[in-house]
Amino acid sequence: MRARVLVRPKTGILDPQGQAVERALPALGFDGVANVHVGRLIELDVDDPAQLPAMCERLLANPLIEDYEIVEAVQGHG
Amino acid sequence: MRFGVVRFPGSCDDVDALLAAGRVGDAVFLWHRDRDLQGVDAVLIPGGFSYGDYLRAGAIARFAPVMEEVTEFARAGGPVLGICNGFQVLCEAGLLPGALLPNTSLRFVFRQVRLQVADPDTPFTCACPSVLSIPVKHTTGRYHCPDPVRVVLRYAPGENPNGSQDDIAGVCNEAGNVLGLMPHPEHAVDPLSGSVDGLCMFESIRAHVGRHAAV
Amino acid sequence: MSAATQPSSEPRHRALGLTDAEYDLILAALGREPSGVELAMLSLMWSEHCAYKHSKKLLRRLPTDGPHVLVGPGENAGAVDVGGGLAVAFKVESHNHPSAVEPFQGAATGVGGILRDVFAVGARPIAVLDSLRFGEVAGSERSRYLLERAVAGIGHYGNSIGVPTVGGEIYFEPSYEQNCLINAMCVGLAPCDRLIRSAAAGEGNVLLLLGALTGRDGIGGASVLASAELGDGDEAKRPSVQIGDPFAEKKLLECCLELLDRALLVSLQDLGAAGLTSAASEMASKGGVGIDIDASGVPLREPGMEPFEIMVSESQERMLCVVEPERMADVLGVCEHWETLATPIGQITDTGLFRVLNAGELVAELPVGLLVDECPLYELAPAPPTSPLYPGAEPQLPAGAVASETLLALLRSANIASRRAVFEQYDPVVQSRTVRRPEQADAAVLALEGAGAIAVSIDGNGRRVACDPRAGAAEVVYECAANLACVGAEPLGMTNCLNFGNPEKPHVAWQLTEAVEGLRDACEALGVPVVGGNVSLYNESPDGPILPTPVVGMVGRLPEPSRAGRLGFVHAGDAIALVGRFCPSRAGSELAKLLGDAPAGRLPAKNAEAIGDAHDRVRSLVRSGALSSAHDIAEGGIVVALAECCLAGGVGARVHLPDGLDPFGEDLGTAFVVSGPPPALTGCQVIGRVGGDTLEIEGLLSVEVRDLADAHARGLDQLLAWDE
Repeated sequence: MRARVLVRPKTGILDPQGQAVERALPALGFDGVANVHVGRLIELDVDDPAQLPAMCERLLANPLIEDYEIVEAVQGHG
Repeated sequence: MRFGVVRFPGSCDDVDALLAAGRVGDAVFLWHRDRDLQGVDAVLIPGGFSYGDYLRAGAIARFAPVMEEVTEFARAGGPVLGICNGFQVLCEAGLLPGALLPNTSLRFVFRQVRLQVADPDTPFTCACPSVLSIPVKHTTGRYHCPDPVRVVLRYAPGENPNGSQDDIAGVCNEAGNVLGLMPHPEHAVDPLSGSVDGLCMFESIRAHVGRHAAV
Repeated sequence: MSAATQPSSEPRHRALGLTDAEYDLILAALGREPSGVELAMLSLMWSEHCAYKHSKKLLRRLPTDGPHVLVGPGENAGAVDVGGGLAVAFKVESHNHPSAVEPFQGAATGVGGILRDVFAVGARPIAVLDSLRFGEVAGSERSRYLLERAVAGIGHYGNSIGVPTVGGEIYFEPSYEQNCLINAMCVGLAPCDRLIRSAAAGEGNVLLLLGALTGRDGIGGASVLASAELGDGDEAKRPSVQIGDPFAEKKLLECCLELLDRALLVSLQDLGAAGLTSAASEMASKGGVGIDIDASGVPLREPGMEPFEIMVSESQERMLCVVEPERMADVLGVCEHWETLATPIGQITDTGLFRVLNAGELVAELPVGLLVDECPLYELAPAPPTSPLYPGAEPQLPAGAVASETLLALLRSANIASRRAVFEQYDPVVQSRTVRRPEQADAAVLALEGAGAIAVSIDGNGRRVACDPRAGAAEVVYECAANLACVGAEPLGMTNCLNFGNPEKPHVAWQLTEAVEGLRDACEALGVPVVGGNVSLYNESPDGPILPTPVVGMVGRLPEPSRAGRLGFVHAGDAIALVGRFCPSRAGSELAKLLGDAPAGRLPAKNAEAIGDAHDRVRSLVRSGALSSAHDIAEGGIVVALAECCLAGGVGARVHLPDGLDPFGEDLGTAFVVSGPPPALTGCQVIGRVGGDTLEIEGLLSVEVRDLADAHARGLDQLLAWDE
């Protein structure tokens, strides 16, 4: 099973990376952009998707400062 | 008095910590895979980029076998000092509250900063004056903690290099035996290179261990 | 051996950069057509970058002998004896072209590469310095981007691997707009008996590949040899930008140093340009042996790589070593401890042939000599330029500006303003040796355990070398040595990187030839040998060549680190003196640039003996501990030098310049401004006194130090629009 985990900064935590991207896009001519946040994507093949939340809690995300979302768990690989 | 300096793959300031501690007592390395703390009286977790800072700084190092022993040592009241990456490891390991986030500037910063000792009653600050000049060098040093925390060191007004809440440079646990700080006291011990204000932190640990030697 | 197919009808060898004449030489030597793998290997080994075919003869002009030299040019890095049983290895290398494509990774892998060159000779890297040149950031978004990303890349690699970045220089000129220069220098420390050479030896010994997996990094032009055309869906097969991994290199470094400490290796070589081909063939050539390599045994990052790709891949963080079979178990144990992959991929033979096999099939068989030694070397055909090569620019300063305005404009200018915003991104203290950090002194100073200290500086010049290549290049050497003198160090050896345009053009050939003569003049005058270096040619755009830019790195020794010199004035009441026979002129100066002048005009001849005397004088004054400060007079002339001393010390001065002395004229490497208690400076030409909060130069200007600081501190930041 191929899973994808999205990790993003918790709301309310200052996200200077997101802010930097939000400033840079209009400078390149892209308007109407707001609320940008920058996080991480982790992709993995797992035999037992039920273990994913525990993996996220223990290693893949830091629950104090990050939220995680298990986006996709589909049969097959890649 | 024997210091143990933990060494992960990617630790950089391990030798520096060993040299600094060696000015005050004996110092040995504790390899990440070893579970033997070699009877040390205090543990130092040094700066650097353990495991390349992959995933999050300190996220992988906290699971090293040696960290299980360090955790037990800390729970038993042993003094543990985490410097920079060491601070990050201690937060990830849950031995200290809070977390370290990327500097507001998003850039690595090296700077000599003035620190105010907010709490002189810890094993790490008991022999220190109230102001210390010590360098910082990090990309991920912005301290964040939503809960009340015991602050030990603060950046002097105007000298916060990373946007830490409340100008926090170092915190300890409730029991006061585990300290994490972003500045590098081991780089302020040699008169040849400038300030020696960091030495008092190692001397504090020695004094503390000396007082509790009967344990 | 399989034939390659290619989309165009251009002969393979031309697509790979070989001339018809070179190809004929190959045919004659082999007596047959080369296979695809052989052609790939030859085209890289015979490229300018690997073979130095336009510069090798010229480089033989440089003096390489000296009483302290342990390893001269030709090895991965040169090394000098610094006393106390210790050797210092060092080298500078360019990574110009990759950095123009991807500045963060280009600069990062440039640092990674030079680190490997140093630990390949058995020295622990203890310092990095870098010399960077870009187009004018005021008018160029691209140059701002390149600077920002290159600095971030250097910081990322150096900081992560735990090697301090202790010095460097950054310059801006229009001619670097299309061709930025990223020159990285590394200094390493070793006990003299741990230095190792790269010559392979011992028939039957094993060739062991250490470090990262091999991928398609940097294959570039050789991709014309791919057996299949690269279609739209073949993104994964396209040659990729080299990505550096400092964590992998840290483990590799510790692994190699432990292997050497335990004397487990016969020889060691790093993999850089042209990857396995270059590393293995050079090891074989130096040892007079042959090598068999099994390409299918190389651990790969990507599936389906062809033998030619494996042989020319420039994947980073890899080393090659030769191991006696009976030592293999111990070697593998060390590698396992440091989590470093170690794979036997071949063996040493006595055939004198470089053979590549792939799953048992022979795909390449070349005489080692053909790869390494028999590339034709070309004579340059130098001729001075017949018309100016470099234009002037818009004046930044009115011709009638008063001296105070001129000084502030110079301090604010991109080439002189404070570089604090840059070097604060580097860690200068890790490893606990640094005695002088950036902006504290004119050279970095690193203490050696119980054996005094070393000083290091890196210096280059383009503008003045463009005016007068021979005198300008000599001046670069003098300036570098002057920086060492300011901290009390005596030069032991030098490394150089020659950054020039297309040497097949007569005017560039002339610049190169004259510059090498100038380096030679100065090295001989000062008695400083060249122990290694690098050449980067073909730095040209349709607008023409870059300014001819020799960059020089020097290592020196000082016996007493506690007396290492400092840049800034210290005590009110100290006397200020001018040391050296100072003969400034305007040609190629920073002021001339601000006034819009093109770089032109011969530089006045230098008196080498007087220069040597001045360096000796300053060095002994610093070593005696009598001085408060010492600073060489460089860009911007004596007035800027005095301002810099005030700024570093946070104190003013009152000065009376010698009559008729051009306040902003330049004469690099010849003269110094020193300060100290008046008795320490008897016999020197005293020109003033430290004190107050103003820099006052009688009859010329009076500016508050606070205003100097404002211009100097914010000059670069304002241009780069970097906020805190």
